[in-house]
Amino acid sequence: MLSIEQGKESLHRLIEGRGWLFAVLTTVAISIGGLVEIVPMFTARLGPEPMPGITPYTALEIAGRDIYIREGCYTCHSQMVRPMRAEMLRYGEWTRAGEYAYDHPFLLGSRRIGPDLQRVGGKYPDTWHYEHMRDPRSTSPGSIMPSYGWLLEQRYDTSDVVASLKALRKVGVPYTDEQIVGAPASMRAEAGDIVGRLATAGVSTDPDREIIALIAYLQRLGRDGKAALSRGAP
Amino acid sequence: MVGVRPDESTYDDAVVKMFLGATVLWAIVGMLVGVVIALQLAWWPANLGLQYTTFGRLRPLHTNAVIFAFGGNICFTGIYYSMQRLLKTRMWSDVLSRFHFWGWQLIIVAAAITLPLGLTQSKEYAELIWPIDLAIAVVWVAFAVNFFGTIAVRRVQHLYVAIWFYMSFVITIPVLHIVNSMAVPATLTRSYPVYAGLTDGLVQWWYGHNAVGFFLTTPFLGLMYYFLPRIAERPVYSYRLSIIHFWALVFLYIWAGPHHLLYSALPDWAQTLGMVFSIMLLAPSWGGMINGLMTLRGAWDRVQTDPILKFLVVAVSFYGMSTFEGPMMSLRAVNGLAHYTNWVIGHVHSGALGWVGMISFGIIYWLIPRLWKRPLAHPTWPATHFWLATIGIVLYTVSMWAAGLTEGLQWRALDAAGQLKFPLFVDIVHQLRPFYWMRLVGGSMYLAGAVMLGWNFLSTIRGRSPRIEPMPAAAAS
Repeated sequence: MLSIEQGKESLHRLIEGRGWLFAVLTTVAISIGGLVEIVPMFTARLGPEPMPGITPYTALEIAGRDIYIREGCYTCHSQMVRPMRAEMLRYGEWTRAGEYAYDHPFLLGSRRIGPDLQRVGGKYPDTWHYEHMRDPRSTSPGSIMPSYGWLLEQRYDTSDVVASLKALRKVGVPYTDEQIVGAPASMRAEAGDIVGRLATAGVSTDPDREIIALIAYLQRLGRDGKAALSRGAP
Repeated sequence: MVGVRPDESTYDDAVVKMFLGATVLWAIVGMLVGVVIALQLAWWPANLGLQYTTFGRLRPLHTNAVIFAFGGNICFTGIYYSMQRLLKTRMWSDVLSRFHFWGWQLIIVAAAITLPLGLTQSKEYAELIWPIDLAIAVVWVAFAVNFFGTIAVRRVQHLYVAIWFYMSFVITIPVLHIVNSMAVPATLTRSYPVYAGLTDGLVQWWYGHNAVGFFLTTPFLGLMYYFLPRIAERPVYSYRLSIIHFWALVFLYIWAGPHHLLYSALPDWAQTLGMVFSIMLLAPSWGGMINGLMTLRGAWDRVQTDPILKFLVVAVSFYGMSTFEGPMMSLRAVNGLAHYTNWVIGHVHSGALGWVGMISFGIIYWLIPRLWKRPLAHPTWPATHFWLATIGIVLYTVSMWAAGLTEGLQWRALDAAGQLKFPLFVDIVHQLRPFYWMRLVGGSMYLAGAVMLGWNFLSTIRGRSPRIEPMPAAAAS
């Protein structure tokens, strides 16, 4: 019943009779496309060029980015403005490849259940983000985003962030020894600034809360790129 | 089968039964999580205020559970069952078979624990943290050794077309998995990929698209080539077509990944390659569909009465439809509208629910009486399951098309002055509410069908109905 049209001794019949040869040919067939597309990305001429003026994330921003990843924010929010009129009206300048130079992992996202966040940095004050995470409907009436109250309670761990910076340096992010050793102090300073800005707006919180790190990351998004583009970068 | 049928008792069907049971269990779990996150989009408080159950943490659990737990286990069920019969030999190593089974289930349990805890690498369908990634590689090597070991000790000379497709699955998945998962650990649960930015994106979508290609397509085509002719009792329509579409499919599929990054800042040459190869992919995909549907020539009268054949026909038809829709969505102009929208979700589910789910259900209903040598405890239920699932898919895909077009068009709508017609994003989100509820109904119907299968399965294997020996043909339907 299962027999295929037999009796015709074709070249393919010879391959079908040799399992190892079949496996080798299959491996060749599935390798070509990936090699042609991926390998050139590592060359300067064909791959994306790093954009001048893009700097690595600070230690506090990395802590915030790790929270962004943990919470799966990318399942609902993209970080890629496409070069289309409506997108640029809604979100701002379209995203250049070089803006992602220090993004490990990339967080472009594949779905916009909520709006794109590539240019959200600086769009709202810190208190807006604080209130938005506490109750998204307080800042965006009708939002379907869940409330992230636990970010206002839980604390991030500075020694954990040092481990992250060390690993990121191994994959090519140019952190200096001073930046890594001084990460806990720089995090305290940066978090203190955010807590200060929140306090002047009437919100009282501690600098070691996860929400502070997340605000630092969100307020950074797209800002280097925007500044570089306003200076005339391509 | 032409020639002598060797004694079935020499085959290791115990491991096939284990994989089949796991398939049914994970199908229900994975689809249930899908229904929960569908509810969360329609009614946001459905995470019950817990951080472990937000959409952001459960969505990866849903995708991993249905692709690797449900999809993986049914592939292994079908492969272990059909390989032994096609190669007329027992699996090479019972130890490796069991290592593969328990290793794979352990990985799934680890995924179900870590993902709600927020332990993730964030790359779609590759979210699992690095220690689990290592475990996947080890278990896959065990499977591959057993697979090629069985081919080496086979008692037939030529490899049947189903084996070709299985082989592309066994070879390609570890290549994709290892290259995409290259990362430097920071802690036991956190790591950072060696690739940066859009290069990481390209590697990820080369992986992600080919996970669809080589996890949800080629092994299932292999299953189609074995089970469809056996169930329909007709020979495969064209041997020559199977050769052409196999080689074209495995060669072309790999190139199509960049269509997930159209209009991004990925270099134009890569975007164009992705688009062009996606269009070409239509031909070998439809080659498979035509070979499947034409195999039923002379058996169409049985499709009217046999729910198992109904499952298979709808599966192959959905394969044809979603492999037509995919290339169309890869056209830059269409992608500009469809990308980021629910249309993509609808497309994925016409493939996942329609093709992968339906062919799996058909195979499971055919295998249960043969493996446990008992008739189904509820022989009329598969027909009900079929209609629940089919209507569920239609509700699902239609609502997601409508939702996708609505948001896609409203995002870009401009008024006479050239300004955004819907400047508030949340206003557009609101338009989607009715579609989210409709999708929830469709998905719940599909889940209800899977629960019927689970109940029927348990009743059959634990029931006291007499064992049947030898199998009467009627018990299959």
